[in-house]
Amino acid sequence: MTFYDYIIRLADNNLILGHRLSEWCGHGPFLEQDMAMTNISLDLIGQARSMYALAAEVKNQGETEDDIAFLRLEHEYQNLLLVEQPNGDFAHTVLRQLFFASFQLPLYQAMLQKLQGMTEEQFVTLRGILEKAVMEVTYHKRWSSEWVIRLGDGTTESHSRMVTAVYELYRYYGEAFISDAVDDAAVSEGYGVKPEELKAEVDQYIDDIFRQANLNIPVDTYMQRGGKQGVHSEYMGYLLSELQYMQRAYPNASW
Amino acid sequence: MPVGNQISIEKEKILHILERVTDPEIPVLTIQDMGIIRDVVFENHKIIVVITPTYSGCPAMSAISMAIRMELLSEGYPDVEIKEIFSPAWTTDWMSESGKQKLKEYGIAPPVVEKRISGLLFQEAPEVPCPRCSSTDTVMISEFGSTACKALMKCNTCLEPFDYFKCHR
Repeated sequence: MTFYDYIIRLADNNLILGHRLSEWCGHGPFLEQDMAMTNISLDLIGQARSMYALAAEVKNQGETEDDIAFLRLEHEYQNLLLVEQPNGDFAHTVLRQLFFASFQLPLYQAMLQKLQGMTEEQFVTLRGILEKAVMEVTYHKRWSSEWVIRLGDGTTESHSRMVTAVYELYRYYGEAFISDAVDDAAVSEGYGVKPEELKAEVDQYIDDIFRQANLNIPVDTYMQRGGKQGVHSEYMGYLLSELQYMQRAYPNASW
Repeated sequence: MPVGNQISIEKEKILHILERVTDPEIPVLTIQDMGIIRDVVFENHKIIVVITPTYSGCPAMSAISMAIRMELLSEGYPDVEIKEIFSPAWTTDWMSESGKQKLKEYGIAPPVVEKRISGLLFQEAPEVPCPRCSSTDTVMISEFGSTACKALMKCNTCLEPFDYFKCHR
């Protein structure tokens, strides 16, 4: 079941962040960026959907991708605390995206290397999903990096908004790099990546972007954790009540 | 169920019918132009059409699946299964040359192998010729356009905005 658990985690991050970005639909600061956020949302939800479908197939107990996406309880979702944080202003949203994409891209690339040469069907399918995701996330990372620089190195107002966003979100940056039993099991089964091994590269990248953006990395921040184990921040319940509304109110509704 | 060389004849026939199915967002392109159809297999009385998604969340995929079923049904093939496979992942390299030409005539710049040049933004943007006047003096307005596969650009020569089909590989 390690494979199932590991895939669900990857997918949960994508679903929850995709849902958050979808909340911007029609509310973006201007049209192009409204479309950018919904495009990214679509990519992430699409990746989540493919992963849930794969997980359901591997488990083979009649579960569908929709059951996994819509019918679990809060503690069963294993996304990072970072991705469930509210959109805040545009500065918060682009910074959250930068933190996530900078982690997601090297993670998927490292997994692809590990999956190379594995011939079992589930691994071949996962490789296809990740290959596609890497192409998409490359855009997400570039987009969010550019906006963090543009706002951080912009006007007094945009700079102060970025500073506030950094102050509020940096404490959620570190959780992605703390491994637990599921990570360790996936590593020993050959496809998992130890997240600690990615940290130096991602830190370096964030450092570089922050320097260009005139932003400082806060020192001595206690990194919040718990999302990967299903212990979420208070925002998660509200998010799920909206995400799951249709399936809870009208079970098995489809269209 | 067809056997022997009947299989290839039957497969040709199916592929021919499927040439009528176009991308709902870009109606000048057939799904063959896009490189979405990977295979047609026969299993008992069932036809399995194997397709690959372009972008992970592309909403056109379900419309395309539906259109494949409808076209085959209208030709007397009721038992059709659509199977999506992910690996190897779709890339714009699979788009046919005639497909790229049709895109350009439709006003969408076809994917170019991105030689990245320094653009308007902080980082870089690809050099994409304008589909209307062929000028390469173009700028990217947004990497995200009207659909997941497109970016929004503007030509500095004829001043027209245009869609660019992103290079995805």
